Amino acid sequence: MLSLSVNGESHAVDVSADMPLLWVLRDVIGLTGTKFGCGIAQCGACTVHLDGQSVRSCVLPVGTIGNKAITTIEAIGNTPDGQKIQRAWLDVDVVQCGYCQPGQIMSATALLKRSPNPSDADIDAAMSRNICRCGTYVRIRAAIKQAATGKLEALQTVVTSPEGTEP
Amino acid sequence: MKRRTDNPKVSNTVDLGRRHAIQSGGLAIAFLWLGGTGIASAAMNARGQVADAAAALADGNPRFAPNAFIRIDTHGAVRLVMPTVEMGQAIYTGSSMLLAEELGVGLDQITVEHSPPSDELYGMALLGGGQATGGSTGTRGTWQVLREAGAVARTLLIAAAAAQWGIDPSACTVNRGVVHHMPSGRSLGFGALASAAGRLPMPDKVQLKDPKDFQLIGRPLRRVDAADKVRGVAQFGIDVRVPGMKIAAVRACPTFNGKLAAVDDKAARATPGVVDVLRIDDAVAVVGEHFWAAKQGLEALAITWDRGGNANLTTQQLRDALAESALNGKSIVAREVGSRPADGKAVESVYQLPMLAHATMEPLNATVFVTSDKCEIWVGTQAPTRVLSAAAKITGLPEDKIVVHNQYLGGGFGRRAETDSVEQAVALAKQVSYPLKVVWDREEDIRHDRVRSMYHDRISAVLDANGRPAWYGYRTSGGTVVGRWAPMALGNNGLDDDAVDCVAVVPYEIPNLKVEWIRHDMPPGLTVGFWRGVGPTHNLFVVESFMDELAYRAGKDPLEYRRALLRKNPRSLALLNLAAEKIGWGRQPLPARVARGIALGEPFGSRICVIVEAEVTPQGEVHSRRVVVALDCGIGINSSSIEAQIQGGILFGLSAALYNEVTIKDGAIEQSNFHDYRSLRINETPLIEVHRIENNEAPGGLGEVGTAIAAPALANAIFAATSVRLYKLPIDRKLLVQDTNALKRVVSAATISKGTEVA
Repeated sequence: MLSLSVNGESHAVDVSADMPLLWVLRDVIGLTGTKFGCGIAQCGACTVHLDGQSVRSCVLPVGTIGNKAITTIEAIGNTPDGQKIQRAWLDVDVVQCGYCQPGQIMSATALLKRSPNPSDADIDAAMSRNICRCGTYVRIRAAIKQAATGKLEALQTVVTSPEGTEP
Repeated sequence: MKRRTDNPKVSNTVDLGRRHAIQSGGLAIAFLWLGGTGIASAAMNARGQVADAAAALADGNPRFAPNAFIRIDTHGAVRLVMPTVEMGQAIYTGSSMLLAEELGVGLDQITVEHSPPSDELYGMALLGGGQATGGSTGTRGTWQVLREAGAVARTLLIAAAAAQWGIDPSACTVNRGVVHHMPSGRSLGFGALASAAGRLPMPDKVQLKDPKDFQLIGRPLRRVDAADKVRGVAQFGIDVRVPGMKIAAVRACPTFNGKLAAVDDKAARATPGVVDVLRIDDAVAVVGEHFWAAKQGLEALAITWDRGGNANLTTQQLRDALAESALNGKSIVAREVGSRPADGKAVESVYQLPMLAHATMEPLNATVFVTSDKCEIWVGTQAPTRVLSAAAKITGLPEDKIVVHNQYLGGGFGRRAETDSVEQAVALAKQVSYPLKVVWDREEDIRHDRVRSMYHDRISAVLDANGRPAWYGYRTSGGTVVGRWAPMALGNNGLDDDAVDCVAVVPYEIPNLKVEWIRHDMPPGLTVGFWRGVGPTHNLFVVESFMDELAYRAGKDPLEYRRALLRKNPRSLALLNLAAEKIGWGRQPLPARVARGIALGEPFGSRICVIVEAEVTPQGEVHSRRVVVALDCGIGINSSSIEAQIQGGILFGLSAALYNEVTIKDGAIEQSNFHDYRSLRINETPLIEVHRIENNEAPGGLGEVGTAIAAPALANAIFAATSVRLYKLPIDRKLLVQDTNALKRVVSAATISKGTEVA
């Protein structure tokens, strides 16, 4: 039995120590927001945080985690940086198919945490580990900058609200 | 900048019985696979159909379900059933906007639902009547019927209110789910009217809104699926969890048409967490309590394959056979106008394009539960009714005992128009008593892709005294997807229209032409599939590269050369001029080995001009610095998702042009994952500006338009920067090296992340 701290909750899991965290999250604990894309740390769809740092859960043996805090997409909105990133993701409507976006958001949140006002080079370095086949990269860049500065970076989407159809 | 031309083409009154006009002008030829002499087809209808009663009953029996798309319950909840599937293209948002605009609700007041499989209710006329999502038809094939469906519902709700109030319905208005009668100040919500509206007969005639009164259409509304996708709670096929479910990893014979000969599963069965080992004709699956156990079990198998007749197949053999077909094969003439002039300078080029994998971010998967009298399937598919039919065939159950639960698709790109992976999952699941989720790992996903065909094209022209084409000839050879997917959609002469899409009709004024297709079937087992942009992605690379060749041969600027040939095509000429203006064509000199390339086309009922500014390093590395797009897609439904589709589509096309080729050795695909099937990343992504010319023409397609036009613009920029014409894709960097000394110099300093990475 291993004990894992996931999104602030303790989970006892009966799995072998070499099982990658990704499959423990998805198939044992049932948190399916973290995605399987490649299995070899090439695409970043499986990105989660260990003590606030981004890691590729598809190649991370669960036995190496110890008592480090695991945060997944399901709870990243509870952190100030995660909240800012998710807000910006909605405001510029980054997602297309959406499958890679949990990983993108986890990588972007970790970037913002360590680099509150990232340059284009910072964004390239941090986000180039995450593949998006739909090609949402232009808006990912805009959303990260918008989350960092609050300055509007791109076309902002509109939500029809109960007050009417104005933004 | 936005420009509007006043040219209203949209009728706002729709009569019962009037067939929805399929817009002419290149709309249908893009993907009309069941058209013409095909089967008598069903298609979406704005009014209730025979099959609607059962569909609504299965959908919770809402009191008001006037058609296949709208469900309103007595508490006022509005549910919209989506006729096409969501694979990233924002069609759930666009379809919701069309329905909600006419119905009179905001997008914050609706929820969306995946449609059940039904050709009768959700058939796509542009695709010959089958329920399928593809060919960039999602908007152009539904924008009229969904508006009308919303108007039918609004008309009935108003009629119910007016009857209750004893007034003339024309005195009523609708706003945000409430019917109002302003003179008397009365109002009733949709929920209160649902039961009465549900008992009224279908209206013969409904009035659509005047476009000037649109509140939703045309605006950058947030996607209806964005919030769930951002929070990680949107459910894709791979996320489905059914009680009692086990998970399988699978390995199919690596060679095309190879079979499973023998398998020793002792070690696999001894692997902790492994539940079962299942065999089918050409594959073996290990079932586990979780995917990891299944995968470990799979690795522990000792498999013997019967590699079959393709065991020694190579890419070169395929290339040689295709080249032979191109040279000597029997062609079908797709279009011929005039004749080839006897005089004039003749030029000819040969272009070759590679096989491509789809590599959707979500690897293929399906969850299937087969019992003695029922088969339930959870899968994200572009073709739900094909999944249903395939499952019926494999299980022997009647079609009404097959239940398909469609899911969000983690990318489709044509791959999920196929049913092979679902068929495999059904064949495995029918061997066990529990629900089975079959997940392909990335290696399986690429090695068993239904690849985009390779092509071998000969394009030629006879030039007049000004260097303009007096005649142009095109002989394209490659595999056919339509010929397998919907053989009845081939023309009487056997022509696959998709094979010559965007070359049989070109935007330019060329008086004489001959376009031919040589069908070249790949060896049995090598099944080619639809790939984002289909025919246009292939053909536009060839014809737009060649146009650039002709411009340089004529000693003309490629912009001026195209302008002269577009005098009679004002819509496309306007795009060319807009793109040139926005990028500042010819205004300032660019650094050495930096240059711009133009490509223009009219794919999928839209028109697009792209200018790529690229830099080629002395070592031959290509960087796209900037991309400017001018787009005319007619009436725009959602201005935000239009921009997103064009940006994403271009990056998908650039990714393939720069990096992608599926190759074959010993009868099997050599690539297996993102390390050897590279995908463009954010650090390689240029800024992409999208400028639209707005008008009131019918909506064009969008999902594949950017992809189809990306590669030629990049290749033309590379030619302008290096004088190297690229006749093959993907781009061969070795051809772009400035001189041998360049390779001895330092290429670049590696970028080092500030962050730490554990894995």
